[in-house]
This record gives sequence, C-alpha cells and structure tokens, in this order.
Amino acid sequence: MSYIPISEADKKEMLARIGLESINQLFSTIPENIKLKGYLNLPGPLAEPEILEYFEKRIGENRYGQFLSFLGGGAYDHFIPAVVDYLSSRGEFISPYTPYQPEVSQGTLQAIFEFQTLICQLTGLDVANASLYDGASGAAEAILMAYRIKGKKRLIIAANINPQYKEVISTYTRNLELELVEVPYDKSGRVDKISLDSALKVESSVVLCQSPNYFGVIEDLKTIGEAAHQSGALLAVVISEPVSLGLLEAPGKLGADIVTGEGQSFGIPLSFGGPYLGFMSCKKDFVRQMPGRIVGQTVDVEGRRGFVLTLSTREQHIRREKATSNICTNQGHCALRATIYLETLGRQGLKKLAWLNLQKAAYALEKLTSIPGVSRKFDGPVFNEFVLEFPKDWQEISSRLEEKGILGGLAMGQNFPQLKNCALVTITEKHSKDKIDRYADALKEALR
Amino acid sequence: MYPENFYYTKDHEWLKVEGEEAVIGITDFAQKQLGDIIYVDLPPVGKSLEAHQAVSSVESVKSVSDVYSPVSGEVVAVNTELSQAPDLINKDPHGQGWIVRLKMKDKSELNNLMKAGDYEKYLEGLEH
Repeated sequence: MSYIPISEADKKEMLARIGLESINQLFSTIPENIKLKGYLNLPGPLAEPEILEYFEKRIGENRYGQFLSFLGGGAYDHFIPAVVDYLSSRGEFISPYTPYQPEVSQGTLQAIFEFQTLICQLTGLDVANASLYDGASGAAEAILMAYRIKGKKRLIIAANINPQYKEVISTYTRNLELELVEVPYDKSGRVDKISLDSALKVESSVVLCQSPNYFGVIEDLKTIGEAAHQSGALLAVVISEPVSLGLLEAPGKLGADIVTGEGQSFGIPLSFGGPYLGFMSCKKDFVRQMPGRIVGQTVDVEGRRGFVLTLSTREQHIRREKATSNICTNQGHCALRATIYLETLGRQGLKKLAWLNLQKAAYALEKLTSIPGVSRKFDGPVFNEFVLEFPKDWQEISSRLEEKGILGGLAMGQNFPQLKNCALVTITEKHSKDKIDRYADALKEALR
Repeated sequence: MYPENFYYTKDHEWLKVEGEEAVIGITDFAQKQLGDIIYVDLPPVGKSLEAHQAVSSVESVKSVSDVYSPVSGEVVAVNTELSQAPDLINKDPHGQGWIVRLKMKDKSELNNLMKAGDYEKYLEGLEH
C-alpha cells in the first residue's frame, strides 16, 4: 500500500469545507495551559548515514549477547532456524494483522488455520483460536472464559504460576467482582493437593495451573483435573514453555478443558520481552465462549478448498459490549513464525528438541548440585528449568557471576520472599556441555 | 400470519399461554431479519428470569441477537431440538421453532404485551 500525504491544496480545500482557516483550530478545545508550545526537546535531524552510525553505536552498548545466559521463567532462548526469518519476511505475509476483508487473503488465513491445527495437536484439544497477545493475557482470558461457562465468581489459581501472569489476571479481574483464590505449593514445588481439595469445597468456576510451573516443575494435571471436575470446576492449564509439549502428554488428554500459553519458544526472538505470542485451545463445547478469532476451512461454490473467518458473531465488531472478549485481533506475524518453526521441525524434530532440553537440564542439575552448598529446592520432576538453593542471598552470587560474564539464573526472591536464596536456572538446546561446565566452575568460585 | 391467541413484544418475541405456563419464541419478522439461524443458546432448566431479561441468544450467519423474556418466571423446558436443527426457527417460527417454556410468576404482566393486531400495526410502522 502506498502512502501519499495530502498536498497543501488538499489541506486548504478540506479546511474550507469545514469552515476553518488553520489546522490549529481543530485543537481549540484543548486548554492553552497544557498545549506544547514550540518543539520537543530533541536533537536536530540527521542524514541517513548519520542515523545508521548513531544506531550502530547504540546497538554496541547492548551487553546481553556477550553474556552466557541461564535466564528463563517465561522467555526462552531457543535457536531460530534462518528459514523462519526468510519465509516470514516475504511480502505476501508481512501484514501483522488479520485483514479486514479476510477472505481476500487466503494465504494468511491458511497459515492461521495451520497454526490452529498445530496448537490443537500440541494441546490435545478440539479447537484453537488464531492466537492471543501473550501467555499472560492468555491466562487471564482463560479465567474469564471459564467464568462465562460456569458463572461462579470464585476462581482458583495456583500460587506457582508465573508472577507476571498472576498480575495480568489480577488486572483483568479486579473490577469484575470476581474472587481470586490462590492455592499454595508443596515441597515438591507442585500444587498442594490438600489445599486444592479444601479450596474446591466452595463452588468455583475454574482451577488454573501452569505446567511446567514457574519453578520448572511438571504438575500432576490428571489429579488436579479430577479434583476440579469432581467439584464442578473446569481445569485451565497455562504453558509458558511449549517446547515441553514435544515430550509431555498433551494437557487436553489429561483432562484440561482450556489450554493457553506463551508461544515465544517457537521461533520468536527474545526481543526485550515482546511482541510474543499467546495461544489458546478448548473443548468443542466451549468454542462459543472462546475469545479471539477462528479461521475455518470450507469449500467454495465449485467445491474447492478455502478458508474463512468463522464464529465472528461472538466478536466485538458484531456483538459489541456482549462480545466474549475485547480481543478482536490476533498476533498474526508471531503466529506465522511459530507455524513456520513448528512445520520446519516437524513432529520428530520437536520431540528431539524437547529431549535435548530435558537431557541438558538433567546434566546441568546434576553438575550444579554436586557443588558444595548448592541444592535442589523442589524435588518434583522438571523439564528444562529448575530452582536451586544457595547458602546465601542469590543477588550476591548473581553479581559475582555477572562479573564473569554469566547470567546465572532468575532471582526468585522478588516474587517469593521466602525464596531469596533461590534462583531459577534455565537450560535450552543452546547450552552445550562446555557452557554448562563453564557455569559450574564460575559458580564454584563465586561461592568461595 | 401472526396467531390471534399469541402475545407479542416490541423486541419481536411471541408468547403463547398454556395454563400457568408460557411458550416463548421469536416472530416470523425476527427470523426474516436474522436470516439463516445456525445456533441457539438455551438457558438451563430451572433458571429464574425477570421480564425483559435475556433468556437465550439466537445466532445467524451475520449476527447474534438476544431473546428477552416477555414475562418473569422460571424455565421449565427448552426446545432441545434446536441444538440439532436451529433452522426450525426459520421454517416454523411460531410452532416447532419455540425456544423456552416458562412457569409464569405473575400473569398480570401479560397486560403489558401486544395482541396480534397491535403487533401487525407496529410492524407496519417499522416498515415506513
């Protein structure tokens, strides 16, 4: 689409038509005392080569790439094959939005349809939407969706979900007179079953938990699901590290009614925290309560395969204030990247990738906990991250590691004060044995 | 066109009295406005409703409309056939396309509703 600014003559004609002399008159309702008079306090314009030089210099200030990082907890440094950048940058795909006349863009719709199919396969549920903003908003939408289905104001969430997801859930629900109840975790790092059972004694709409949870521990979804269902609540599961689904049983097969999560691991760079990719799937019975849009496959009048936006009647532009959600869009470009990534890896490739993560994490866990003073905090099964406990405040150890060019793990104390001597260590396929050994050596020294 | 013994609302619902109970659906005019109906959202049996409260929603290919209860009462039955054949509302809006059956709370509320003749006049008004 070309951008053609209006000419001076056009501007004059438009102003004359509405009876004004200058554009400034359009802003006459803005009080004088808050108007900016003059220019913003910014440096003057630069020529293109000067701009390049400026930004190259600024990019050089980034230090993340110089660090050996073991950070995770919601954002994962996985390798992104070049094909993802190449294919997703093609002109035909470049619009990040579902077009307003969607059926014209059959290629975009087909890519979204394939994305939905992949999410259904990974999560083990019947229908998936065209994507949401990120894992956090996905978790919040899942809570609201469960409330629309069950109508009970009490909503149970596990205390060991990502604290940022918890914050977004709290923002979404704060003014809706809903009651959020938190269920604590036990010494294995999993949802405490006894507390869950007692929380479920009062009628609730949903139990929301994360697996692997914020401590990297894999939850016993089957047991949680059975407890939830027995008391008439739904089970919603949020996944922050979907690479785990390459090995772990799909939550839908373990009783989850709604599965949502963060898709950043699938070919989306860390990029300072966004844009990321939310996904959501559910049982077919609940499809009319699912937020966001859905692409469906159909046939045209001549019987040829085609794709359409379906069930739009639940959405904001048609149902107005009664829409299922104020989300009326999707994270199209990131969903496309995830689709290309997953289709490049294939079923076996994803399984192998998950296996690599699991094996390397197991090696790292063994290696690091063999250091005197370092122990595993929770004994539940893990995938590619785990919480370690140290003899002193993690922040102190962390700064000493930083001096050696290592980001050793995510501090847990900020969100869980009782875990201030703990850090979440994340391992991906990018961590070779050499790198893990280098970390172990540095940690040994930092603890001395 | 519009059965003489039915009551009607400005939102295009009809109501047929059967003893203490009322059968409720949407009028032929409403189904024509909506077009092909593809889904009907039915309330649970036992739900209590105030007059003018949404009792169901009817979804066509282009929109979703709420169906408001013309009177207050409790849902005693829903037309489960609509889950398999929502187009019964298009085919027979005043008969097989009924949506819910209520046990009425206060029959005097019927006085607030239109009779067939009034409804037909009301529709004529809408067409101009």
